[in-house]
Amino acid sequence: MNQLLENTLTIDGQVVPFSAGQTIMDAALAAGIYIPHLCHKPELKPHGSCKLCTVDVDGRSMSACTFPASQGMQVANNTPALTEVRKTLVQMLFVEGNHLCPTCDKTGDCTLQALGYHLGMLDGHFPPFYPRREVDASHPDLILDRDRCIMCGLCVRASQQIDGKNVFALSGRGAQNHVIVNSPSGKLGDSDLNKDDLAAHICPVGAILPKNHGHEVPIGRRTFDLHTVAESDIATFNLHKTEHHDD
Amino acid sequence: MQQLLQGEPCPDQAVNGLMPHLLHQLHAIQQQYRYIPTQQSKQVSETLQLPLAQIESVIDFYSFFTRTPRGQYTLLFSNCTSCGDLALMRELCQLLKVEQGITRTDGLVSIDETSCIGMCDHGASLLINDRVIAHLDSTRLKQIAEYIESKTPLDQWSPELFSINTQIYKKGLLLEQPLEQGSALTAAFKLGSDALIQTLKQSGLRGRGGAGFTTGMKWEFCRQAQGAQHYVVCNADEGEPGTFKDRILLTDHAHELFEGMTVAAYALGAQQGYLYLRGEYRYLVPHIQQVLTERRQQQLLGQNILGQQGFTFDIELVVGAGAYICGEESALLESLEQKRGVPRIRPPFPVTHGYLGQPTVVNNVETFVAAAHIVSKGANWFKAHGTEQSAGSKLLSISGDCTKAGIYEYAFGVTVQQVLDDCGASDAQAVQVGGPSGTLVHRKDFGRQLAFEDLATGGSIMIYGQQRDLLKVVRNFTHFFAHESCGFCTPCRVGTPLLRKYLDKIEAGHGTAYDREEMARLAKLVKKRSHCGLGQTAANPILDLLEHFPHVCEQRLLHQEYEPFFNLDAALETTRQLSHRDDAEAHLA
Repeated sequence: MNQLLENTLTIDGQVVPFSAGQTIMDAALAAGIYIPHLCHKPELKPHGSCKLCTVDVDGRSMSACTFPASQGMQVANNTPALTEVRKTLVQMLFVEGNHLCPTCDKTGDCTLQALGYHLGMLDGHFPPFYPRREVDASHPDLILDRDRCIMCGLCVRASQQIDGKNVFALSGRGAQNHVIVNSPSGKLGDSDLNKDDLAAHICPVGAILPKNHGHEVPIGRRTFDLHTVAESDIATFNLHKTEHHDD
Repeated sequence: MQQLLQGEPCPDQAVNGLMPHLLHQLHAIQQQYRYIPTQQSKQVSETLQLPLAQIESVIDFYSFFTRTPRGQYTLLFSNCTSCGDLALMRELCQLLKVEQGITRTDGLVSIDETSCIGMCDHGASLLINDRVIAHLDSTRLKQIAEYIESKTPLDQWSPELFSINTQIYKKGLLLEQPLEQGSALTAAFKLGSDALIQTLKQSGLRGRGGAGFTTGMKWEFCRQAQGAQHYVVCNADEGEPGTFKDRILLTDHAHELFEGMTVAAYALGAQQGYLYLRGEYRYLVPHIQQVLTERRQQQLLGQNILGQQGFTFDIELVVGAGAYICGEESALLESLEQKRGVPRIRPPFPVTHGYLGQPTVVNNVETFVAAAHIVSKGANWFKAHGTEQSAGSKLLSISGDCTKAGIYEYAFGVTVQQVLDDCGASDAQAVQVGGPSGTLVHRKDFGRQLAFEDLATGGSIMIYGQQRDLLKVVRNFTHFFAHESCGFCTPCRVGTPLLRKYLDKIEAGHGTAYDREEMARLAKLVKKRSHCGLGQTAANPILDLLEHFPHVCEQRLLHQEYEPFFNLDAALETTRQLSHRDDAEAHLA
């Protein structure tokens, strides 16, 4: 304790500096510490919904991406108990939607899948929901497959905060939550989404994918075949990707 | 009083008199078309200058809005354990030859269920086109069916059907002596805002919604917060099953409520207040509007209130549309801002960043009423009652297996046993204190006290006699939370439907010890890791049941290692329906 400097907190016993206004996640990323997350991207306003970044702060459960860092805070992150919690949350996300990795073009590039491996998930564990969700193939360059959506709201925020548009919104309640398109017909083809928008690329799963570009990178050479999801710059790396890193 | 109100015409012209608000516009459209046509949502989008996706997302969030036409007579049966009886709903469905949730082909009638409508002291109840019919039984159902088949307008139905006589069995600090109109305001002006907040702090008043934050501190934090405007918001979204005490306060003590809100406005320097009323209480709108009009005429609202130069304050009414989550204060603010009721990330708290990002005090109906009394009568008057940590009195809504269901006002610290003795509940096996989100109390613990430091409660007391199947009760609560989860965070959005699946399986006699353990593990995760109070309390009924009534679950379990969720016979149901068969050979043994 006595070695704590001003504006520092500890994560799993490691002293980490922070500056005013930073969240626990900001401080951790800056220090190269990985806190698992799905709905967070450093350049967007935090959402705090996926709860993968759940940490225990002085014994209380907090979302690292939204909770402000403060002096002397003791954060438990990489513990067996939290790994178990996060694995359960990933399993819950899998059974809630319709995730068929072998047929999904996102396999190997999918953060949900990568987190499953990272957390030692071996099965979906819970009874699957098999929801009926609409596919929207109306856009010339992009496809919206809601079966794979995890309600992280990254496309909603990217469109509003980076692209200066308002293409997506989360709708419905409870288990009926779903992403909708802000256009007169509710169809993606009717919206002003452009294939170069960040919202078109930011999906951590395979819910928004480019058309006409299937399986260009062979399995075995995809993002998470070459990197682990725990590499702290992976979020930034994915965020700026407009074409595949192999190209 | 309520009898009178029920007789008045329902606000068809809902938008008239109510401020322009997305929820009000959508309600008016729903009344006109009996659903929300896409063309209409586009028009609303233009009128209110809101993105179309916002309109669409709101329609899909609030359960009173639909995208397919409901009947000219739209009936919603409460499914609460106190004011609900779904056997009666099925009976009426048979009488009217209509299937639950599917509008009859002639468009005359639709029947469905809804979460608790706050009529728990009146037995089985329903909403019909925004009005309430209580005390349901087979005779009443026949009467209702005849009126509907003969297309009799609601106004010509026997007024007796709509009568509601709420019993107040025990009056205490607040109900005993009504406050003279304007007296709290006069006292407030004399004290000045600093001393007024000090008085509230000294009184020990804590929020009556259940969380129990010290009211004086909340007002002080808000007063100190910088902002272009300060707002006063009253949370009248009384949605916790088993609670109906705010209904009585709104009916008989609305002046005291508005006086409390006006005192708050004076303390904070606020000019605008909002009363957020749950949609189930829409029938109270004309009455509340009338009280507001009277107060404006009496200079108790408006400009230079009671001649106090520069003190201007008014109150608008906003009516919800069927969403329990909007009782959570930050979700309520989102709803006020014409959005889905999704709880915000905290910090920041509403006292600094509330309605439209401005400093806002959100308090429960009862809290404002108590604040008005305290400012008028002094901190010591209040603090002399209750316990050290829970000053004053609490209104309880008592329902379930007892002879005298109704309103009781006790000083804090009263034991569960005392309450049961007073309301005529001699054979209770358990009491749900604080509604489904509260605590299931076992008979051996009836000596515990109702107080923030022991059993906290927003006022719901549901009593379960020896004949009740507690597993069914807990299943009801678990279904309730799964239905009301806003779906924002993973633990609650996915966890509450999963808990529902496990409990359904166990209740149906298909669960094993392994299912029970998995359900318990999941319940703890949902409780600890969810975003807001709904998720953090949604698993309480299951956890309480497993802790205090383990045998109730145990005796339903299969004594084998594993039983799959998949039920082949149930999976054949669609096929049976399509082939119009339900004979023995269409079922698996």
